Amino acid sequence: MTPVPRTTFDLVAAVHADGWGRVLARMIRFTGGDWELAEDCAQDAFTAALQRWPTDGVPDRPLAWLTTTARNRAVDRMRRAATETTKLRTVAATEREPAPSAAAGSVPDERLELMFTCCHPALALDRQVALILRCLAGLSTAEIARAFLVPERTMEQRLFRAKQRIAHAAVPFRVPPPHLLPQRVPAVLQVLYLVFNQGYGDPARAVLCAEAVRWARVLAGLLPDEPEAEGLLALLLLHEARRPARLEPTGDLVTLVQQDRSRWDRAMIDEGAAICERALRRGRAGPFQLQAAIAACHATAPTSDATDWPQIAGLYAQLSRVMPTDVVELNRAVAIGMAEGPTSALARVDAIAASGRIDGYYLLHATRADLLRRLGRGSQAAHCYRRAAELAPTAAERRFLLARLGDCAIGDDPASLDLTSTSTPGR
Amino acid sequence: MLVCIDPAHVPGQDDGAPDVEDWAHEMDSRGIRLMGNRTRPGSDATSVRVRDRAVLLTDGPYAETKDLMAGFDVLECADLDEAVEVASKHPMAWAGVIELRPFWPDDEE
Repeated sequence: MTPVPRTTFDLVAAVHADGWGRVLARMIRFTGGDWELAEDCAQDAFTAALQRWPTDGVPDRPLAWLTTTARNRAVDRMRRAATETTKLRTVAATEREPAPSAAAGSVPDERLELMFTCCHPALALDRQVALILRCLAGLSTAEIARAFLVPERTMEQRLFRAKQRIAHAAVPFRVPPPHLLPQRVPAVLQVLYLVFNQGYGDPARAVLCAEAVRWARVLAGLLPDEPEAEGLLALLLLHEARRPARLEPTGDLVTLVQQDRSRWDRAMIDEGAAICERALRRGRAGPFQLQAAIAACHATAPTSDATDWPQIAGLYAQLSRVMPTDVVELNRAVAIGMAEGPTSALARVDAIAASGRIDGYYLLHATRADLLRRLGRGSQAAHCYRRAAELAPTAAERRFLLARLGDCAIGDDPASLDLTSTSTPGR
Repeated sequence: MLVCIDPAHVPGQDDGAPDVEDWAHEMDSRGIRLMGNRTRPGSDATSVRVRDRAVLLTDGPYAETKDLMAGFDVLECADLDEAVEVASKHPMAWAGVIELRPFWPDDEE
């Protein structure tokens, strides 16, 4: 531990932030897959650290101490539960397994097993998200419940059922074998991305963004051969860097055009752009790398007028090949609208709208509204703004769209609406 | 593993589906499939109830539902990933749907 924390409490908190997932993962292995018991014992070990480290002193290897304490606790509890003989047998078997040796050089990080298991596709997505935040990030159930605006009891149940499901369905606790990785890595990336998006629109939930960035970083480090993991990290950094400028103190949304670029975190943008470039150089561009490249174009433009829209439009064309969704097509149309003008963009947006597939997506209507306004078709634009405002997911976005509706009546606002790139990116 | 018909299945998505005999042979030889069979449709089912100690029989399935189950196999798999691999190789995963259900262990309430 390089920085010296002021108090033992700070030190336990720091070890917890970094080591909770590792201690828990080791305990899940040790208990033969009893997540409930593993979590209880890991929790007990951290509590014991808080009680004993101030008097006994901090052990040289805090994680080893915590793991041993948790294991002892688990053995005690299993012995007491006399009926659980099968589990004791599992434990005995686990103990005979050779301990992973640090000398091997490529010690698999147990957090990777935890990540892949929490994001197993046999678990419903909301359960995956809850598990990642509780088991890997170590957030408390109350914190997660707050972040997802559900009662604590609901989140407690969700986590309980998720752990039960893992046990009953025999979801394996492991890093999937190489032939499964192409399907499973995107699932993990997607969950981290979802966690980030959940926190992006609301400062009260910013903890989700911080956790997503933290774990995307860990994952990119643990999967050095996966350019998409780097792509995700780059994308999250590039969005996170601009978060402070996205909302007015009132909570209102500030468009990319109007954001005060001096409030963007330059160091974070540079890091994100560099990671993105490095990933793309490997020649295996995937959805996250391309979205990161688009975000980098926005974030590195000195002014909004200097944005390289033709390049962004080109990146969207590439993205639509690997991720052919209506939302990507919509974003592509926005970029074309900026690069070539609103006429050809409107034709594309109208085609998407005609399919009816994303009629409930507010940005479809907001984008159409903007293009219509730029073409001087004010009353049609106003109609679309109203529809977009009805569908907008947050109050801030609703206020923004209604303000735009006002501009529309005046009809002389030259600023373009590039809401798609200020909001959470292509879902 | 319940082998089921998927009413929502659109023909044409199951090109290249494996052969059921090959599947059974592979899973038998790997020691994964303990037994399995096709079942006759619900119209051939007999439902049995005991009420007040009397055995009551009904001609047909126990509930008026669409006839979904077409067969079953009993598998012994190391974990869910293996079970998914086995299920995904069955032709009815391509043309219908396979439902995997773990056994309820003896030592659990």
